[in-house]
Amino acid sequence: MSSTAVSTESGATNPFAPTAYESRRSSAAIRNKWIMFGFCMILVIPLLGILIDIFWKAWPVLSLDYLWENPSNKGKEGGLWAPLVGTFYLVIGSLLFVAPIGILAAIYLNEYAKEGWMNRTISITVTTLAGVPSIVHGLFGLGAFVLVMLPALSQATGTKWEAGLLTASLTIAVMNLPVIITSTREALGAVPHAFREACWNLGASRWQTIRTIVLPNSLSGILTGIILTVSRAAGETAPILFTGATFFKFVADGGMAKLFPYTPAEPFMAMSMHLNIISNQISQMPEKMKYGSAAVLIGLILFVNSFAIVLRVWLRGRKRW
Amino acid sequence: MSDKAAQHIELRNVSAYYGAKQVLENVTFSVPRFSVLGVIGPANSGKTTMLKTINRTLDFISGARFTGEVQIDGQDVAKIRNPNELRRRIGMVFPLPVGLPMTIYENVAFAPRRMGITGKADLDEIVERCLRQSVLWDEVKDRLELLGTRLSGGQQQRLTLARALSLSPEILCLDEFSIAIDPVTTMRIEDVLRELRKTMTIVLVTNLVQQARRLADNTLFLWQGKIVELSPTDVAFSEDPKDRRTYDYVNGIFG
Repeated sequence: MSSTAVSTESGATNPFAPTAYESRRSSAAIRNKWIMFGFCMILVIPLLGILIDIFWKAWPVLSLDYLWENPSNKGKEGGLWAPLVGTFYLVIGSLLFVAPIGILAAIYLNEYAKEGWMNRTISITVTTLAGVPSIVHGLFGLGAFVLVMLPALSQATGTKWEAGLLTASLTIAVMNLPVIITSTREALGAVPHAFREACWNLGASRWQTIRTIVLPNSLSGILTGIILTVSRAAGETAPILFTGATFFKFVADGGMAKLFPYTPAEPFMAMSMHLNIISNQISQMPEKMKYGSAAVLIGLILFVNSFAIVLRVWLRGRKRW
Repeated sequence: MSDKAAQHIELRNVSAYYGAKQVLENVTFSVPRFSVLGVIGPANSGKTTMLKTINRTLDFISGARFTGEVQIDGQDVAKIRNPNELRRRIGMVFPLPVGLPMTIYENVAFAPRRMGITGKADLDEIVERCLRQSVLWDEVKDRLELLGTRLSGGQQQRLTLARALSLSPEILCLDEFSIAIDPVTTMRIEDVLRELRKTMTIVLVTNLVQQARRLADNTLFLWQGKIVELSPTDVAFSEDPKDRRTYDYVNGIFG
């Protein structure tokens, strides 16, 4: 075959035929594409491997009863209700603190704050805070909330406050604050600046502009960011290790006491803590119980994240520009 | 009417800066009530910045500031406590077409709603009047529920004009409003502007020098942040304007 131009049957030269250089280049492009695809597979294969392994070994215990029953005999028997419900309240509690603070801070930084050293300093602080290891947040929570805040709170209220849901929620909130600020700022920043200018030119105040244009059109991004922090709140052990989580706490087996087992002022059980202890602190723990808790924790996080994905897809369809 | 109040817009020694960069230098001019000022000049000559000093949207650009005095109706804009009130009195159309991410109807009703006008009949009337004035009504009257962002560039440009007219401003500033609009529609909008000037003072920034010639009473030639010429339009476009550079620019032999 000719390397410059291919003759067609009629004898005319095909002006679109690739030159030798172009052929070489395009085969290199195809090869590079497959190499990159291979790297993507390297990401996927371990994840699938872990999931299959865990669910395979957990299969014998997985059932609705396993979720509904309290653990007994140091977690060697029974189910996961007490830690599961503890994690639920931990997540809700931390969101109550972090969502309003994080969103308002992000709105201020993105919509009001003038560019300058102050804004830059805060941005760098937020980024750095996001990179702080979770055990450091845990120690901060111990110092700030358990050792300083609780004695003051006990004295003020006249009742004894122990490390529990309140302190653990606050610690998780501090850990997730930079994440929510960053994701909210990204969501706000995705709304074109021209929309804001158009509103200002009409005499709309900054707040009117935020309320009518910016927030409605960035809500999907803000919510997605919040949902993604939920899995972090549910999965981390280090921040709650010293700030309120415990391995065993009696939880009633029925009635309202089963649904609302913990006060904010007492230690509570949590999934991540439970998994941590039964995996390496209790002797003669049946394999299936370890893998069962791991499977439930992973399932929980996948469930929450799938909410974020569905929300994102749904709102992308409603994108208005 | 006193002489001062007859000057609807007045700039005195206005200089504007973005950080250390000066974009306007000692600009002084005035626009009589119900007249049309055409502003011409090449890119980067400070035309848009000049408009932003008038409605104080320069406030929103960090690092930007201006010195000197801008007066609207004899009132110093720098001393107005609520600049949003000032902005409602001045309709602004900037070159980039912006449909807000809401329906066409809500785009036009946006500013009146913020002013507390919520009656359906009142809003219907405002929306129709403004869309007619911006020569968009016939194209969208059957689909007012369509998102403003789904319109074509030229239609969004006219939607922007309709929004600017929605509060019946006393001053209308148009910054290259016709950039995305076809020539026929542009001519029809120019007819509307001739009608509007009976009730509004218009500042028309344009790259089409012939548009300034057709519409403006006075023409201002801004170059590198300085006023080169401010003359009645027939003088500015004559064979013998005050400054030679005006003749060169208008006739395309500048530089």
